[in-house]
Amino acid sequence: MSAEPIHALIPLPEDKAGLLMRLVDGLDSATLNWLSGYTAGLAAAHAFAPAHETAPLIAVESAPQQQLTIVFGSQTGNAKRLAEALARDAENAGLATRLLRADAYPLRDLKNERLLYIVISTQGEGDPPDDARGLVEFLTSKRAPKLDELKFAVLGLGDSSYAKFCAIGAQLDARLAELGATRLFARGDADVDIDTVAKPWRARALASAREILKATAPLATVTPLRPARAATLWTREKPFAAEVLANQRLTTRDSAKDIRHIELSLRDSGLSYEPGDALGVWASNPPALVDAILGALKLDAQTAVAHEGQTLPLRDWLLDKREITRLAKSFVIAHAHRARHDDLDAIVASPVALPRFLSERQSIDLITAFPAAWNAQEFVAALRPLAPRLYSIASSLKHVEDEAHLTVASVAYRAFGRDHVGAASQFLSTRAIDSRAPIFIEANERFRLPQDLARDVIMIGPGTGVAPFRGFVQERAAIGAQGRNWLFFGNPHFGSDFLYQVEWQQALKRGQLQRLDLAFSRDQAHKIYVQQRIRQSGRELYAWLENGAHLYVCGDATRMAKDVHLALRDAIAEHGGKSVEDADAYLSRLVSERRYSRDVY
Amino acid sequence: MNAPLSPVELIKSASRRLRGTLLESLADPVTGAIADADTQLIKFHGSYQQDDRDLREERRVAKLEPAYSFMIRTRLPGGVVAPQQWLQLDAIATSYANSTLRLTTRQAFQFHGVIKRELKATLHAINASLVDTIAACGDVNRNVLVSANPLLSRAHAAVYAHAQALSEHLLPATRAYYEIWLDEEKVAGNGEEIEPVYGSTYLPRKFKIAFAVPPTNDVDVFANDLGFIAVIDNGELVGFNVSAGGGLGVTHGEANTYPRLADVLGFVTPDQLIGVTDAVVTTQRDFGNRAERKRARLKYTIDERGPAWFRSEVERRMGFAFAPAREFRFDHNGDRFGYTQGEDGRAHLTLRIEAGRIADRPGAPHLKGLREIAKVHRGEFRLTPNQNLIIANIAPTARAQIDALVKAHGLDGYARATPVRLHALACVALPTCPLAMAEAERYLPQLLGKIEARLERHGLRDAPISLRISGCPNGCSRPYLGEIALVGKAPGRYNLMLGADAHGQRLNVLYRENIDESEILDALDPLFARYAAERDGSEGFGDFLVRAAIVSIKPTTAQAEKSA
Repeated sequence: MSAEPIHALIPLPEDKAGLLMRLVDGLDSATLNWLSGYTAGLAAAHAFAPAHETAPLIAVESAPQQQLTIVFGSQTGNAKRLAEALARDAENAGLATRLLRADAYPLRDLKNERLLYIVISTQGEGDPPDDARGLVEFLTSKRAPKLDELKFAVLGLGDSSYAKFCAIGAQLDARLAELGATRLFARGDADVDIDTVAKPWRARALASAREILKATAPLATVTPLRPARAATLWTREKPFAAEVLANQRLTTRDSAKDIRHIELSLRDSGLSYEPGDALGVWASNPPALVDAILGALKLDAQTAVAHEGQTLPLRDWLLDKREITRLAKSFVIAHAHRARHDDLDAIVASPVALPRFLSERQSIDLITAFPAAWNAQEFVAALRPLAPRLYSIASSLKHVEDEAHLTVASVAYRAFGRDHVGAASQFLSTRAIDSRAPIFIEANERFRLPQDLARDVIMIGPGTGVAPFRGFVQERAAIGAQGRNWLFFGNPHFGSDFLYQVEWQQALKRGQLQRLDLAFSRDQAHKIYVQQRIRQSGRELYAWLENGAHLYVCGDATRMAKDVHLALRDAIAEHGGKSVEDADAYLSRLVSERRYSRDVY
Repeated sequence: MNAPLSPVELIKSASRRLRGTLLESLADPVTGAIADADTQLIKFHGSYQQDDRDLREERRVAKLEPAYSFMIRTRLPGGVVAPQQWLQLDAIATSYANSTLRLTTRQAFQFHGVIKRELKATLHAINASLVDTIAACGDVNRNVLVSANPLLSRAHAAVYAHAQALSEHLLPATRAYYEIWLDEEKVAGNGEEIEPVYGSTYLPRKFKIAFAVPPTNDVDVFANDLGFIAVIDNGELVGFNVSAGGGLGVTHGEANTYPRLADVLGFVTPDQLIGVTDAVVTTQRDFGNRAERKRARLKYTIDERGPAWFRSEVERRMGFAFAPAREFRFDHNGDRFGYTQGEDGRAHLTLRIEAGRIADRPGAPHLKGLREIAKVHRGEFRLTPNQNLIIANIAPTARAQIDALVKAHGLDGYARATPVRLHALACVALPTCPLAMAEAERYLPQLLGKIEARLERHGLRDAPISLRISGCPNGCSRPYLGEIALVGKAPGRYNLMLGADAHGQRLNVLYRENIDESEILDALDPLFARYAAERDGSEGFGDFLVRAAIVSIKPTTAQAEKSA
């Protein structure tokens, strides 16, 4: 006789117990662990359900309930003036108030707001004031959160001689209600005689705020049980299809470079990362390139090819499964056999010419310069499997929550009579919003912020090498690290290639970044790179290192990393009164102390 | 008045005579902008911070700051410049600015698109051409205007000399400009220089002075805070009729801001010029509104306290009373195009430069053309107050060569353009002016084409109508003195103003508010029809509209004087 039926041990109604048994049957341990995390998360969410009859528990990380937030969008200063007056009234009435210009309002706070007043003008033909563009964009996008717990009111300013009188105020008023927030009283639409509407609106706003904030009795705050960190189901072999939230070009249209800021959603993936980690992307190859190769080889795209247990049309092999941009030595040799061309044979035989050939050309160049006959099967077998591309993550989860941001330079150049692109950068730069990219996290244990928050951090990140440092600065700001931050950045032109310029300016202003040294190589007759800036600030740099700073270099491996290393060594030698050998030893010691990390590619 | 001072007053008083933190701002490599307070102070040095508004939004989403650049304006009393100077300024336009020269409605050059890290080098280069930019903007006396092409050469030369002397007299005393841009050594007392005329916080607002040589009112003398109307007897300058209190700036929707024409106060002799200027300027300095900048111009000071008070205060400071005004007459406030001859027999060629913008365009390489002319010309150039250019004092032997160069480079448009095109004025507006609400300069060619077509339909192709367009109500193209004016309100929308005269002695009035191009053309069309049918001889369009009561104009003091 078997033991007691297992159902009896499960605190579920019988039908659900049976369902559960069928559900877990055959699942591997990774999936079972994921399930446990999933249900723990559900449990936590239920505890905070607003529909609960009893007094709601308050999540610790929200903004305090007892606060009024006033946000204004102002072009000529009228909305600002009114908002300031209202803030003064509220403060004089003893209410905790914060007043923010729309472009200084942290959008992530919105879901935690409980009482919000917006004072906003409308420009021209129904446009928001410049400082509110970002807020209006966010609120009207699908990224706007549900606002069931928010109470609000809106005061719009405008000029009734225009058709779209107070359009922005009306739009925000409607949208907030649409997102579930509660309108406390009717919107005010103030004309050029502003006070006619503004005065009574302000009086009602003050009265409502006093009523709401006084009535909320302080509740005991409860730390929610964190759901067990789910062991993720998504890996390199089983990548997560991350939704593309943003794909924004960072360089201007007249820049020689096309560098993009990509935002991917990790929502519901269970994935997490630390600053310094990389995101692996399984990029499909550019369809146009696949078709060009098939054309050059005169192969039929639909031919079924079976290889290593999989049967797919040839085109799909080339799109998703095979490396067709970067050349591999084995493939060149195999192709040379078939091409039987003296020049190619000479290249293959040369230990100098072959590496150069491999680095300068893509497979399409080889195939068109030296024609050869391939059949579909052999072609697939001879090509190397497609490898994922890794990108340093340009964000911190503590700042962007369930997202990962990337800074991607589109590789595009003309050579050997045709245009060339990089497979992954082309894939990412052509992703539409709402499309998906197969990704996974690749931890980078050797590129980590210091555990000790008081340590200073020196970051050298020209070009897209700046990516992880965006995450570093976000992280250190979010956790309130007391150590100082110093960034060296460079690119060709200040006016067109200053990646994330406005964010760095804000970081400096807010004291989240203490020093920013810039090198725009082509802005003057002589080239200036980050290594010159390192030499110019050698004395202070050495002082920071002596004070225990951690040093990071990220970016191009071929020349930059070497030049930067030499500049560091020379700075240490000069300002530390050391010989070149001792300066090298100093840097080696930093490496062994895990205070000098490099992420170069 | 106990109202708190406007923030700009505090910036001026903390600035150590206009130094502020300009040096630090120029040295900051993280931004192409200067600190907020410095944007007010740099005006006194002849520059405005601007950004390319066409690129604002795309740069914002790219997480880039606006495309900041600086406009630089020259101080050039009477707009006179030598050919060698022209060549140097042309070179500066190409190496530092956006390869154009902009002639303003105050006879000055403007450079656009100079980036911060080249600002000092640019100002160096301008000063090396013996032109400076001091006080071209800011709360000080601006560029002094002088009628550019009067018939009376000797008197004109005398007037010009007075204008230069007055401009120098009213230069700020601070050494800030020389220290910051020209690397002059700092001397004792820097930061605390005595400003004998302006005082330590300069004027409450801009101050504009113009000299008119009747019958030419190209300078629109009554639109200036202080005007000097030359009185000439037997070819000699005997003195000036003085006018005060003109100013055109308006703010939409603020009824207590309005354009005003100056009142004639009386007559002074040339030796009394500095005395009357100091009296008017210091009166404005001491009594102008420093709390509310949009009510700070001299016109409001006079209207608030009353013209009688103003006259007596000025006379008190001068130490003498005005003599009675002498008779004068203006016949036109436009330019006279093509060849004119001065009484001394020298020839002047007035070219039309559309919206004052000298650039190389396909089929019209004006910048190059004028450079070539400057290489051979032995006279001078004069910028007109109507955004045009006079090649002045052409020797008879040089005429053929100059004519050939003018023709070869498409600069001979003046010979073929319709009168409405010849006399049209437009301010810069977009993409650089931060105050613009609508297009002006960039829209002018298209607008003129449409207006010309309508005029043609009514047989009015040769009607000399003055049309002026401004991108905002500040009125830098003097729209309130246009027979037809468009004042920008929103992208593609303007207030249509009608009814000024063509002498600069009567303001226009609002006819239609906030309308687009098709509504503007539809509003004008029936008026053109009536004008064609009903005009009285050579009656002007503006005068016709008033006579036919299509618009109704309150007579101003200036007009009352005229008809007295």
